[in-house]
Amino acid sequence: MTDLTSLTLAEAREGLRKRAFSAFELAEAHLVAMEQARALNAYVLETPEQARAMARAADARLRSGDARPLEGLPLGIKDMFATRHVRTTACSHILDNFVPTYESTVSANLWRDGAVMLGKLNNDEFAMGSSNETSFFGPVISPWRRKGANTPLVPGGSSGGSAAAVAANLCLGATGTDTGGSIRQPAALTGVVGIKPTYGRCSRWGIVAYASSLDQAGPFARDVRDAAILLRSMAGHDPKDTTCVDRPVPDFEVAIGQSIKGKKIGIAKEYRVAGMASEIDALWQQGAEWLKSAGAELIEVSLPHTKYALPAYYIVAPAEASSNLARYDGVRYGLRAPAREITAMYENTRAEGFGPEVRRRIMIGTYVLSAGYYDAYYLRAQKVRTLIRRDFEQVFAQGIDALITPTTPSAAFGIDEKGSGDPVEMYLNDVFTVTVNLAGLPGISVPAGLSAEGLPLGLQLIGRPFDEETLFALAHVIEQAAGGFSPERWW
Amino acid sequence: MSVDAETVRRIAHLARIAVSDAEVEHLEGELNAMLAFVEQLAEVDVTNVEPMTSVTPMEMKKRADAVTDGGIPDDIVKNAPAMEDHFFVVPKVVE
Repeated sequence: MTDLTSLTLAEAREGLRKRAFSAFELAEAHLVAMEQARALNAYVLETPEQARAMARAADARLRSGDARPLEGLPLGIKDMFATRHVRTTACSHILDNFVPTYESTVSANLWRDGAVMLGKLNNDEFAMGSSNETSFFGPVISPWRRKGANTPLVPGGSSGGSAAAVAANLCLGATGTDTGGSIRQPAALTGVVGIKPTYGRCSRWGIVAYASSLDQAGPFARDVRDAAILLRSMAGHDPKDTTCVDRPVPDFEVAIGQSIKGKKIGIAKEYRVAGMASEIDALWQQGAEWLKSAGAELIEVSLPHTKYALPAYYIVAPAEASSNLARYDGVRYGLRAPAREITAMYENTRAEGFGPEVRRRIMIGTYVLSAGYYDAYYLRAQKVRTLIRRDFEQVFAQGIDALITPTTPSAAFGIDEKGSGDPVEMYLNDVFTVTVNLAGLPGISVPAGLSAEGLPLGLQLIGRPFDEETLFALAHVIEQAAGGFSPERWW
Repeated sequence: MSVDAETVRRIAHLARIAVSDAEVEHLEGELNAMLAFVEQLAEVDVTNVEPMTSVTPMEMKKRADAVTDGGIPDDIVKNAPAMEDHFFVVPKVVE
């Protein structure tokens, strides 16, 4: 029998329905793979007992012929999602004993559809990072290596565990969250597919909040079809999140293989940033050519406020984080550092419980919201955000169906290589992804090629609000042309 | 705009994060690097631009003002670092 962990989610679904193997065998194969891949540090908690129990229940359903859409398919869950009776930490020391008594809506939707939980995946602390190096549980090591080298590389972040686990066949798919690029950037750096759907498509209820007006959940998968299958289950209206929209969830899988003839694809000149690696530029042009060959029309467009997206993000996101993370006070849950008086207890708890990047962002957020600075920073950033969204609205009003951009300005870098002196160096990783969060649009990253050093590179497609279907159709065309990329196993 | 050591201490206190003297200098540099980075926003003309308040243009959803959850005190205090009879226990607040 072929290795069950190397199947796509769609192939595994087919195999289970044909009874070629059982859900229990499929889960077991993944549990073994996870154990053998602990050097990657992708999982911060393995849940083998839960996986086996869920797989047995799935086998019963499969036998009796009432299989649900994801029956028996083993998935990993980013540690930002609250999972009932299973430790959920956001990879922060301040929550490292937290065991929720409730389940996030997105993960509940996956279990409702029959999926099997393998464990909780590593991420940057509170999803603040672009390399998965800020996790309290230590960095994730990418399954990818440069040609002929064994330097440990980052998988990207913040959903680094999700990306690495999918790339290394440690699950068939995984959940992620994306506030400034945290699904698309690690997907690109590990050669997998990741989509951040339109803001409001998935419920944020039960996801540890970072920046509420930017956070959105989405899937990681090894191909576009699998991502479409997972998003259909994850999405949907939830009265517990007032920003989650009440509109039907299409069968995204139907979009796979649909013609893209006549689609108008925008290429924004502002994304041709100074100092962009020539191989990134070449890949971008190649991707556009592939779409053109499939019948799409390429149109140069302008998004004039693009260069202000990252600065606006680094005001809005820390401001919202400083408010959201005020709840970690050592009183109701999480870590408490002892002190004789209550303010000192708060201050010691938060100094001990938060890592340096989180402390830094809370402090910047506190500053930009403080009396006398609110108008100059936060209010201005929210106005710039309106302009960034307006740029996209004007482009879509010209008839553009989607835009194509690189996902990242470079391939994966080494552990400890970036951001140690100046935090801004790390932030520049999200230069192509962050506009999408600010405007609330859907964006998908699809693997499109390898760098000269043999590392995966991705292309991003940005769509109209709630038109993820067009993104799946376009991404599938790129995937067909580029082929798949998987790391050589060294672990 | 930039921050000095005194401002760093004031922000840290507002954020309820204890900082040591040794950390202040380091934080001052990092926060100023971030502030220098966001400084470019000052050059954008935002005259007559409304700040974004809703990401997806939609009417605010409302629900009936009814109790839909509750009666789970055990669950609520389950993760508390210190608890007595369904109460959270904290250090003395009032002298």
